[in-house]
Amino acid sequence: MTTLPRAGQLGLIGCTVCGLVSRAPAFADAGCSRCGSALRRRKPASLSRTWALLIAAFIVYVPANILPIMRTASLGDVDDNTILSGIIELWDKDSQGLAIIVFCASIVVPICKFLALLVLLICVHRRSPWAQLQRAKLYRLIELIGHWSMLDVFVVALLTALVRFNLLSSVEPLPGVIFFGLTVVLTMFASLSFDPRLTWDDEEPHD
Amino acid sequence: MVFSSRLLICDECDTVHRMPKLGRAEVARCARCGAVLARRHRLGLDALMAMVLAALFLFIQGNIWPVVTLGLNGQQNSTTLWGMILIMWQDHSQVVSVITAVTLFFFPLFNMLSLGWLLSFGRHGRAAPGFRPLMLLLHYVGPWTMSEVFVLGALVAMVKAKSYFEVFPDAGIYAYGALILFTTLFAGFDLRRLWDIVPSRGA
Repeated sequence: MTTLPRAGQLGLIGCTVCGLVSRAPAFADAGCSRCGSALRRRKPASLSRTWALLIAAFIVYVPANILPIMRTASLGDVDDNTILSGIIELWDKDSQGLAIIVFCASIVVPICKFLALLVLLICVHRRSPWAQLQRAKLYRLIELIGHWSMLDVFVVALLTALVRFNLLSSVEPLPGVIFFGLTVVLTMFASLSFDPRLTWDDEEPHD
Repeated sequence: MVFSSRLLICDECDTVHRMPKLGRAEVARCARCGAVLARRHRLGLDALMAMVLAALFLFIQGNIWPVVTLGLNGQQNSTTLWGMILIMWQDHSQVVSVITAVTLFFFPLFNMLSLGWLLSFGRHGRAAPGFRPLMLLLHYVGPWTMSEVFVLGALVAMVKAKSYFEVFPDAGIYAYGALILFTTLFAGFDLRRLWDIVPSRGA
């Protein structure tokens, strides 16, 4: 192990909002003297909040994929699209590059986020020192790419606003897109409520 | 209670470091977990403020002009960003409408306005009126601005529409394309550098 000192060992605490370093306060609800944010050793109830948001995200993720997200109607011909069928259509229409991008944003990113948070949470529960550096990098990766999943939501919104040719052709949003938008928002809240410092707490007691 | 402004604690692993001296475009990373501890932007505060103002101008352009126009049998239909938000509201997708309005309009606008405001005082070494609440809000709003995702989304929507309609990209989407070039330039700005301007109450 490295001998790099951690804030807890030195009786220090860092403000996660403004970065100010203070002496760890003796009482619980102390605020940062510079920005006024609560000074906490770890994000409060990080594990239970992250679990709750992750499970909620997974619950809405199921209808997001099963239910159609968009209905295309042209001259009485009605066609409902799910996330996956929209990607297949792009692929078939010779836009393979774009199909791969949408596939990554709408399918790969959410699934990776679920799996990554699951791994991070389980490792913290087991206080495992396994692959700590890789887990830290994994967390940064999901923070970086998480919001790109909103792509399909914006596509549906834009097409709905554009394709309004009365009976000739129209697009309307279907409930799947609402569930999908909620999935993205919930997974973003889940990764924000996870405290990456817990990954390195294998030797210290949890609070 | 303030211990020392010469120390720095990693947000992601709690390791304590000495505050490094950073040159322009230099980044300090945590020795334990590799997270970015502090960064100094390639550009000075004056240039950053110019970037923010340029982005604000492009954002206004991107919002007043239509984004895309579709044509079908001589009929034409176009929409602006707000047209899209309102139509989603009317089409029983209020959740989507709110997500879109917040992540593509209110938060990005707030981001640029408050950053411009803070920088306009910060470049003279002063704290702007409302410094603390604005800095706190900027910290929390940060992850929720999605203009760059919208540009990619518009591209996907245009390609999808191309098989059925004539597609004419409008001024709005060009403004948005330019906007994300500018926002990525000032997105690398470390907000915490602005905190160092203000003396802490306890010190």
